[in-house]
Amino acid sequence: MSSRDDILASIRANLPRVDRSLPAVPLFDERAPTSLLVAFKDNLERMGGLFLDPPVSGDTLAPVKAKIAGAKVVCSTVPEIAGNRHIAGVGAPHDLADVDFAIVRASFAVAETGSILLSDTDLRVNAVAYLAQHLIALLDPADIVINLHHAYRRREFRDKHYASFHTGPSATADIEGVLIHGAQGVRSLSVLPIARTTSNLPH
Amino acid sequence: MTSAPPEHETPMLHPELRTDGDPDAIVRRGRRLDHAEGTSKPLKSRREPQPRGAKVHGNRPIDQAEAAARFIAAPEHEKMHDERLWDLRQKRDREMQAIPEWEELRSLAAAIKEHTLTHLDDYLEEFETNAQSNGIHVHWARDAAEHNRVVHEILRDHGAKSLIKSKSMLTEECGFRHYMASVGIEVIETDLGERIQQLDHEDPSHVVVPAVHKLRTDVAAVFARTLGTDPENSDVHYLAEAQREATRPLILQADAGMTGCNFAVAETGGFVVCTNEGNADLSANVPKLHIAAIGIEKIIPRLEHLAVFVRLLSRSALGSPITQYTSHFRGPRAGGELHVVLVDNGRSKRLGMAEFWTSLKCIRCGACMNTCPVYRRSGGLSYGATYSGPIGLIIDPTFNARKYSNLPFASTLNGSCSNVCPVKINIHQQIYAWRRELVNLHEVPLVKKVAMKAAGELLSRPAAYRAAIAAGDAALAHLPRFVIYSGLNAWGRHREMPHPPKQTFHDWYKANRAEKP
Repeated sequence: MSSRDDILASIRANLPRVDRSLPAVPLFDERAPTSLLVAFKDNLERMGGLFLDPPVSGDTLAPVKAKIAGAKVVCSTVPEIAGNRHIAGVGAPHDLADVDFAIVRASFAVAETGSILLSDTDLRVNAVAYLAQHLIALLDPADIVINLHHAYRRREFRDKHYASFHTGPSATADIEGVLIHGAQGVRSLSVLPIARTTSNLPH
Repeated sequence: MTSAPPEHETPMLHPELRTDGDPDAIVRRGRRLDHAEGTSKPLKSRREPQPRGAKVHGNRPIDQAEAAARFIAAPEHEKMHDERLWDLRQKRDREMQAIPEWEELRSLAAAIKEHTLTHLDDYLEEFETNAQSNGIHVHWARDAAEHNRVVHEILRDHGAKSLIKSKSMLTEECGFRHYMASVGIEVIETDLGERIQQLDHEDPSHVVVPAVHKLRTDVAAVFARTLGTDPENSDVHYLAEAQREATRPLILQADAGMTGCNFAVAETGGFVVCTNEGNADLSANVPKLHIAAIGIEKIIPRLEHLAVFVRLLSRSALGSPITQYTSHFRGPRAGGELHVVLVDNGRSKRLGMAEFWTSLKCIRCGACMNTCPVYRRSGGLSYGATYSGPIGLIIDPTFNARKYSNLPFASTLNGSCSNVCPVKINIHQQIYAWRRELVNLHEVPLVKKVAMKAAGELLSRPAAYRAAIAAGDAALAHLPRFVIYSGLNAWGRHREMPHPPKQTFHDWYKANRAEKP
């Protein structure tokens, strides 16, 4: 017998003879915050993320441009900002090892946890969100869901081969509980709320 | 002198650890950040030699109490360990209180897991079919040896000589690193805590924070020896940065990557990995080849169920609303290859144990460890087993009833573990049930067995019990110490016996309150 058949046979021989039905899971959305964007911002900041306040007037991308002003290598996957490392030309993840800032657009965000979802389509090369020193994400304020129950109804989890919730930067406190940003991945995560352009509608 | 803690700060077990003006803290908008496993309080420790774990002699029963005594004899380590884990427990309570539906989520999580485990064969087949149709290669392994062999074969087929991996308790269970060393494949752990443990040739002492038993000075010594850092510099930011710089080239050069799995979803054929460091995502997304080790009990039916578990996991583990990264793998990336290994290693047999099968609900959050007074004061390595703390007491004996026969006695049965468990495992009741089981299996030493039997008989006869109490008090008052604290008195080994009263309560009651005949 193959290992597979062996294991399944052993499971069948040992299944507990009890009746356990599968419960329905509510959406737990009765107490929605008045502003999903404000709730998202609060929770993102609690998790070490940076929320970039959009300027009241003028260039809406100014906070991002200010961040990357002194950077040597910027890799952008969004049409709003041009970097100097073209993601289309990246042959292997290793080509991204020297990236200072990566700029991407989030599929959507979760107010409850302050998370953004980045899929393989958003990233083009998945490793860009981990090998870069800093990550900046653009988020359409219309793309925020109330909690994880709503999040898991989204198509991304059925369509994409890879999708990851990012909630703040790479962090550790494995040594005496001292919080460190940039354990292995990005040292900072900044999120700028900015609507999608018509050429950049959800996938 | 330390100043009074801010009002929002929860009380400390060891206030003397609190330090003023914490240069390590990250403060944003006047708020001290304590996400991931960060402490909510500024703590300081003093250098002290690190107590090591249990002495393991082949199949002989682990003496947890002996190793625990050595941990307690190192007060800097013991206090920091106690304080940090209690802080995680307090942060967990804070998160729990912020979610009105918390108890409902726990009940849902327990029900979903019990349903899945009672239909595990069907859900595994559904997962396999869906994973394969997404282009994932699915392998099965009966036990640890087969798991190691399967992974080795995949690596050999790809000519891979180096492997970066994220933390996985399943691979710990399989002795994976030892096996890979024996076949000449270099394994690099990418979780900071796990990397510290790997470099120090120690097992992880906790399922979530593997190096929680070490002080910063211990880590400085390990890194000085292995990474060439300054042995006198135990600044945590310096140590973490040195590790990042040393590991980065290894990540970039690795031939293959490996991760564990927190949840596997039958409906999509995908699986989820949670980390705070993003190291699983580096391991999975930098090399072309990604292998994931998945225990067969990790299956859940559908995405809607995943929401329940993701909401509970990090809140229970660390008091953080979610891990920094929660990553969903449903298929290989373009030009890459994705393999999963579904591992039994005793799980299907455990499913058939009427009193213990629900231990398979465990999602490895470590909440039971953080709350356990025995674990917090004895350190995870004192258990001499892959799984320590309350959950370890009920899982380890299923792997080896003789070797881990002492472990179910390392508990006060206070029940706190069951109360914090996000999937409602009746941990303390199973600990008690294991004691009985081990007596039946003749894995409990004679002294403990005879004492328990005598106590059982005594407690069932009130008159004999009263006579024994009076005699015991008299004996305590008059016998010399060396008799009272002999090897037969396990209780008195680490504690003073109480002062004997002049009169038992029963005698006092009879003399003063009882109706005179």
